Amino acid sequence: MSDTSTQPKPNTLPIEEIESAVIRFAGDSGDGIQLTGMQFTTTTAFAGNDLSTFPDYPAEIRAPVGTTAGVSGFQIQFSSRQVLTPGDAPDVFVAMNPAALKANIHDVKKGGMILVNKDTFNAGNLKKAGYEVNPLEDGSLSEFRVIPVELGRLTRNALDGMGLTATETERCKNFFALGMMYWLYDRPMSATLKWIETKFKKNPKYVEANHKALHAGNAYAETAEIFGHHFRVNKAPIKPGLYRNITGNEATALGFIAASVAAGRPLWYGSYPITPASDVLHELSKNKNFGVKTFQAEDEIAAIGSAIGAAFAGHLALTGTSGPGVALKAEAIGLAVMTELPLVILNVQRGGPSTGLPTKTEQADLFQALYGRNGECPAIVVAAATPGDCFTMAYEASRLAVKYMTPVFLLTDGYLANGSEPWLIPDASKLAPFDKVALPPVGDFKLYKRDPETMARPWVAPGTPGYEHRLGGIEKQDVTGNISYDPDNHERMVRLRAAKVNKAAQDIPPLEVLGAKKGKVLVIGWGGTYGAITAGVQNLQKAGKSVSSVHLRNLNPLPPDLGDIMANFDHVVVPELNMGQLLKVIRAKYLVPATGLNKIKGQPFKVTEIEAGIDAILKGDK
Amino acid sequence: MPDEMEILPAAGPIVQTAKDFKSDQMVRWCPGCGDFAILATVQKIMPTLGIPREKIAFVSGIGCSSRFPYYMNTYGFHSIHGRAPTVATGLKCANPDMQVWVVTGDGDGLSIGGNHLIHALRRNVDLKILLFNNRIYGLTKGQYSPTSEIGKKTKSSPMGTIDMPLNPMALALASEASFVARAVDTDLPFLGEVLTRAAHHKGSVFIEIFQNCIVFNDGAFEDVAAKEIREDKMMKVYHGKPMIFGAKKDKGIVLNGLEPEVVTFDPANPPKNLLIHDEKAPSATLANFLAHMAEPVPQGIFRSVERPMLHEMMDAQIDQAKKDKPANLQKLLNGPETWTVA
Repeated sequence: MSDTSTQPKPNTLPIEEIESAVIRFAGDSGDGIQLTGMQFTTTTAFAGNDLSTFPDYPAEIRAPVGTTAGVSGFQIQFSSRQVLTPGDAPDVFVAMNPAALKANIHDVKKGGMILVNKDTFNAGNLKKAGYEVNPLEDGSLSEFRVIPVELGRLTRNALDGMGLTATETERCKNFFALGMMYWLYDRPMSATLKWIETKFKKNPKYVEANHKALHAGNAYAETAEIFGHHFRVNKAPIKPGLYRNITGNEATALGFIAASVAAGRPLWYGSYPITPASDVLHELSKNKNFGVKTFQAEDEIAAIGSAIGAAFAGHLALTGTSGPGVALKAEAIGLAVMTELPLVILNVQRGGPSTGLPTKTEQADLFQALYGRNGECPAIVVAAATPGDCFTMAYEASRLAVKYMTPVFLLTDGYLANGSEPWLIPDASKLAPFDKVALPPVGDFKLYKRDPETMARPWVAPGTPGYEHRLGGIEKQDVTGNISYDPDNHERMVRLRAAKVNKAAQDIPPLEVLGAKKGKVLVIGWGGTYGAITAGVQNLQKAGKSVSSVHLRNLNPLPPDLGDIMANFDHVVVPELNMGQLLKVIRAKYLVPATGLNKIKGQPFKVTEIEAGIDAILKGDK
Repeated sequence: MPDEMEILPAAGPIVQTAKDFKSDQMVRWCPGCGDFAILATVQKIMPTLGIPREKIAFVSGIGCSSRFPYYMNTYGFHSIHGRAPTVATGLKCANPDMQVWVVTGDGDGLSIGGNHLIHALRRNVDLKILLFNNRIYGLTKGQYSPTSEIGKKTKSSPMGTIDMPLNPMALALASEASFVARAVDTDLPFLGEVLTRAAHHKGSVFIEIFQNCIVFNDGAFEDVAAKEIREDKMMKVYHGKPMIFGAKKDKGIVLNGLEPEVVTFDPANPPKNLLIHDEKAPSATLANFLAHMAEPVPQGIFRSVERPMLHEMMDAQIDQAKKDKPANLQKLLNGPETWTVA
C-alpha cells in the first residue's frame, strides 16, 4: 500500500483502486470479533468481491480477559479477482487490545497497517499480554504503519447522553471500529445497519447505540483523516447467478437436507456436541419442517447407534462429530459395515491426537477413516474442498451411502467448517437423483443377495410384511444373511464387502487437472487445502514453472484415472496438514516415490508455503 | 389380577400363533438355560397382542440373551455390546408403528451399556427392555457381573468379588422409567402376565427377569426363587391390593418407620394396616421401597405411569415446525441474504 496521507484533500479524500486486500480483526473472545468479521464479510459480498474468510478462536469460551489465550481472530481476503484463501498476511490488522497485538503481530505484512485500540494499552493489559514495555512506544512496530485510536473513549463520546451503562457502551466499540473499516474500503453501511435493526428489534436503545457507533467510526475515519486516503476493491468477475455467503458447516447441513428431500427419506442426525462439528447439529435442528429428526444423544456411541437404528428403519441416517468422536464410534461403524446399512459419518477434523486442538484445523484423521476399525472394514471416504463444496460432498456422501448400502465418511475440517465463501446457490430442482431400487418379490427375497451393478443388498424397512429378517454383527452367510462361521464364507464375505466399496469408483467423475497434463511436478491435494494449493500452483504457473495439480474429493475408492495422470509427471508432491497420510496411501497403491509437504500447526497452509515447498522440489533441493 | 392384566384378544383379522413367531434358526443356548423359558413365554404372548409380526422388532446387544432376536420371526437386530437401546431408539423414533423390544443382560445392560439404559428410560422411549439377570458373564465363560453378590468367587475373582453389586430396579426407577417390573424365568404364567402388561404399556419398560445360568452360575436365585420356597421368599405385588405373600397367604408387609416389617396373621382376618400397592403413584417412593426390599423379594409391576413418549414429542415438534414454516428447499438453500451477480 502506498501512503498518500501527506497530500491535503480537505473535502474528499482520494480513493486508490487496489486488486485485493487481507484484513484481520482480533481481540478478546468477548469483544465481538467474529460478529464484526461476519458483518464485514456480508458487506463485502454484497459489493461483488470474491472473498474467503477464516475465523480463528480459542477453545475457552471466555479465557482470562486480556491474555493471549483469549484472543479471537477473524481474517478475510477480498478481491476483484478469484479468491482461493483467506490470505497469508494481513494488509490491515485491527487489534482491540495488547494481547491481540502480541498474538498476531508475527503474521502482519511488513509495511502493513495496524489499527490499535489505544485505550487498552495500559499497564495492566500490557502485563497480561506479556509486554514489559508498551510496544506503541518502544519502536518495536517501526516496520508497520501503526494507527492508535482511542476506540473506547471515542465510542463513549459518541454514545454520551443515551443513558447506557459502561458495559453497554463498551460493547459498541467493535461497531465503531467496523465503521472505520467501512470508510477505509469505501463500503456502504446499509447491510450492517439493517442487520443491527433486526438483531436488536426488541431493544430500540441498542439499535440506536450500535447505529451511532457505526456512523461515528465512519465519520471519525473521514474527518480526522487518520488514514489519509481510502481504497476501492472493484467487483470480481464471478460466474453470474444468485449467491449467498456460506460456511462449511452450514453447507454440510444443507447438503444433508437436500439429500433427504431428493431421496424421499426423512433425515436422522444422531450427534453429541463436539467442536467444531456442533454447528451442523444446530443447523439441522433448526429445520425440523423438513421432517429432520435430530437426536442429541448421551454420547458418541449412542449417536451412531441411533443412526444405525434409523437406517435400519429406512431413514437417511447420519452421525456427525470430530476425530475423538469417530474414535468412540469405531465399533458401531463396523456394525454398519457388517449389516450393510447406509450411513454417513461426518468428521469435522480438528487438531489431534486426544483432545488435541479442538478449535484448530488439521487433516490427520484420514487414516482413521480409512482403517480405524477392527477387522477388514472398508468404507467409502469422501472429502470437501471448500466451504461451499461441503454441500456437494454432503449430498454425494448421502447418495453413495444409499446406492451402495454402506457407511460413507465425509471429511471436512475446522478450517472449512467455520470459514466462509460466496456460494453459487444450486437449483434445488436439478440435484442428482437418488436411484430407487425396487424390492424383489417376497419369494425371491434374500437378505444378502446383491444387486449386480452396485453389489448392494436390498434395503427393507421393518414393517414390511413378508420380509421379516434379522441383522447383526456376526459374520453373515453369503446370500442368505444367516449367521455363518464357515471359513470359506468368511473370506468370500470380506472380499465381497471390499469389492462393493470399490464399485463406487464408477461414480467418480474424471479428475480435473489444473495446468498441463504432462510436466515436472504434479501436486495432489485433498480436503480443505484446496484453496492454498490452487493459489500456489497458479502463482508458480504464472511464473512459468512446470507444475500442475489435482484435488481429490474421493479418497476411498480413489479416482480411477489418478494413476494415469501421475504417470505423466516426474515428481508427485502431496501437501497435507498431517505427517503424510494420503502420501502413504499413494505410495502404497501406485508405488510412486511421492514427496510430502507437511504442516502440523493447527493452521491452514499459506500460499507461500505451498509455493516454497514445490519450488524446492523443482530446484532439486529436496 | 386387576382388569388390565388380563390377556387381550387378538384385534381384527390378524390370527397368529406362537409358531408364527418362531424363526427357522436353531436355538443355541445351553440345555436347561433359563432363556428357553423366557423365549417360549414371549412367543406365547406375541399372538395375543394383535400386532402383525412385521410390526414387531427385537433388538439386542451382546451376550447369551442377546441371541434372542435370531429366534423370533419378526424384524430383529443383534447389535453390539451394550448399545441395543441406542439402535432401538433410532428404530422406534424413525418408525413409531413398530413395537420395539430390547433384550439385554446384566453385563450388556448394566455394565458396558449402563449409560444407554438410563438415558433410554429417562427419555421415555417406547421400548420394552427385558434385562435377563443371571449375575454372571456367561458368553465369556464365567466372570462376575455388576449384579454378582459381593464376595462371589468366579474365574476373574478367585478370592471373591470386591465390587458392590448394583440394584437394577432402583436404577430403572432413578432413571424415571415409566414401567418397572420384575419376574422370574421359572414362573411362566406370572412372567407372561407381566410381559403382556409391558406390551400394552406406552413408554419405557424395564423388566428385570431373574434367570438361571445352568453352566456358570447355577442356582443364581435359588435362595429365593426355588419352586419349593419362592412363595415364602418372594412376594407378588398387584396394583390396589395389600402386600401379602407366603404359601398360606399368611404374611404381609406393614410399615415400621420407613422400613418394611413382615407380619404373620390368619389369612381369614388380615390386619388393616397392610401396605397397599399402588403402581400408579405419581411419586416413585413406594416403588423404590419395593426395589430395596430384600425379604421377601418383591416381583410384579412396581411402577406403571404414563408420560409423553420421545417419538410423540419428536413428531409433535416436526408437525409444529411444518405448520409454522412449510418446507421449501430452494428457500432454505437461498438463506437469509442473497445477491445476484450479473
